Amino acid sequence: MLKYVLSRLATFIPTFIGVTLISFAFIRVLPGDPIVVMAGERGITEERYAQLQQQFGFDRPIYVQFWDYFTGVLQGDLGNSFVTKKPVWDEFFSLFPATLELSICAMIFAVALGLPAGVIAAVNRGKFFDRALMSTALVGYSMPIFWWALLLIIVFSGNLGWTPVSGRIDLLYYFPNATGFMLIDSLASGQDGAFLSALRHLLLPTIVLGTIPLAVIARQTRSAMLEVLGEDYIRTARAKGMSSGRINGIHALRNALIPVITVIGLSVGTLLAGAILTETIFSWPGIGKWMVDSIFRRDYPVVQGGLLLIAVMVMVVNLTVDMLYGIINPKIRKR
Amino acid sequence: MSLLRIRNLSVDFATASGKFRAVDSVDQDVDTGEILAIVGESGSGKSVSMLALMGLLPWTATVTADELTFDGHDLLTMDKRARRKIVGNDLAMIFQEPMSSLNPCFPVGWQIKESLRFHLGMNRAERHKRAIELFEQVGIPDPEKRLSVFPHQMSGGMNQRVMIAMAIACKPKLLIADEPTTALDVTIQAQILDLLTSLRDETGMGLVLITHDMGVVAETAERVSVQYAGQKIEEQQVLPLFRSPHHPYTAALLDALPERATEKRLPTIPGVVPGQFDRPAGCLFSPRCKFANDKCRAENPPPLGEDLGKARCFYPLNTDERVAS
Repeated sequence: MLKYVLSRLATFIPTFIGVTLISFAFIRVLPGDPIVVMAGERGITEERYAQLQQQFGFDRPIYVQFWDYFTGVLQGDLGNSFVTKKPVWDEFFSLFPATLELSICAMIFAVALGLPAGVIAAVNRGKFFDRALMSTALVGYSMPIFWWALLLIIVFSGNLGWTPVSGRIDLLYYFPNATGFMLIDSLASGQDGAFLSALRHLLLPTIVLGTIPLAVIARQTRSAMLEVLGEDYIRTARAKGMSSGRINGIHALRNALIPVITVIGLSVGTLLAGAILTETIFSWPGIGKWMVDSIFRRDYPVVQGGLLLIAVMVMVVNLTVDMLYGIINPKIRKR
Repeated sequence: MSLLRIRNLSVDFATASGKFRAVDSVDQDVDTGEILAIVGESGSGKSVSMLALMGLLPWTATVTADELTFDGHDLLTMDKRARRKIVGNDLAMIFQEPMSSLNPCFPVGWQIKESLRFHLGMNRAERHKRAIELFEQVGIPDPEKRLSVFPHQMSGGMNQRVMIAMAIACKPKLLIADEPTTALDVTIQAQILDLLTSLRDETGMGLVLITHDMGVVAETAERVSVQYAGQKIEEQQVLPLFRSPHHPYTAALLDALPERATEKRLPTIPGVVPGQFDRPAGCLFSPRCKFANDKCRAENPPPLGEDLGKARCFYPLNTDERVAS
């Protein structure tokens, strides 16, 4: 097992270098100059421009700038934001819990509904439930997130008034930001209704963000289950006189989980990308909104640092998925 | 009364191009402690008839029978839940491919203990003790350690032993072995067959051995039922069958045995088992039979008497021997 973990970790290194390079290059490829953007409508004098260029190090060759950045990254220094002058690292981790909370809830929503739906569809293959579910999943998968979000807001917030439109909690409540997770903090504060308020704020963004992963997971679970249900060992389980619930839920599902976990891992990347849109629509103070704002400000350190951290996050999740393969199906460990 | 009694069993599969009859009015009896071999080429319906008995056929199959009783239970009218109490308990089955018949995600011990828990209601300690006993019984060395091993960590022969241990876990009255040695090499084949016969001797269970290997039949079986294209075409005790087969198909099968070959080139039966679209009108074997005439091609022969092995043939072979003896 240790060898397996180490070999997985080794593939991490080239990916990390590549991601650093791409995140550094990406923002510089965009037209626009951060110094000009900072100066705003007043404009800037030639001298002041040259001075700032020197101060930020833009006058040096690009590869020297990259080397500076890369060695900084290796020492855990992502630089300071041009706008707020605060370290990118600190900003990221003060905003990240909000995104993480939303992503975790969206993932739980997607897995909790998608997995059983896929299993039931596979077991009732070709029947009404299967067809209805799979067409719904296709619709969910192809739905533009922003349109879906607006639709839900109009119906549930506008017409029915059940949920708030934006933010993480009602302004009525105030409590210290201990963990950064609103659900936990509100519960810990002990204030009446605070937890419920946080929950209601979370509801729509969770559904919006979780819709695509839900559709993907349901479809993947169905096809993986269909394949597994035809295997010889399923016949063996039936020959042992096991109930169909036990065969589908334990004997088959465990084997079907490998491809499902792969798409769950891949969905995390989609989820973080989707978070940017979802957070913007619901004014959710997470890294998605922060990144979008920073791109408009041409805030180089924030964009490249934020991208790098998100990429590392996705890599860590996929590394975990690789580890899980070995635990779920011990046969994979040997390869 | 026999342990297993099947009368007029037929299995039809619904396919995209219509119905396909895989098993055609088969009768079968197995007594306690008896070894019955069912032989035939691929596609002769030998596995399907036993899978029908176990209730393991896919939903596309329709099973009809006049009688399907096991150990006094009528399996035809029984509901699924009650049937599950018998299947895997008194009635067990092992399969052709031991490597793919075990679940790769669970340790083999877990897979055996599962049966013990659901059928016999044993507690954790009892299950563990019984699983070790079973492993010893089927000749798996170092049983305590092997319980926590996964199927891919063992050889095919070891996995088949695990399958057998799993099948005999609840001391079944009848064990069906569906080509248990086909996927294994020759030395292991002999070991597995020895194991099955010795288990029969110890426990007195009935054993149905599905095979296409006449060598296996000669070594192991007591009574032989020959199936062809879904029909049972002959049934005899093993010695008389090898000495004087009545149906031309049985005779042709025996001629194809390498041990019996007299020429350099092995004799074969020309043609293949008829499928869904080329099913002959008369005797199913008539297109491949060297004795067939117009009557054979037009009419389906009914089974003959007990003394002629119930052979489905108008012109049974070796009839004079019966007269002579």
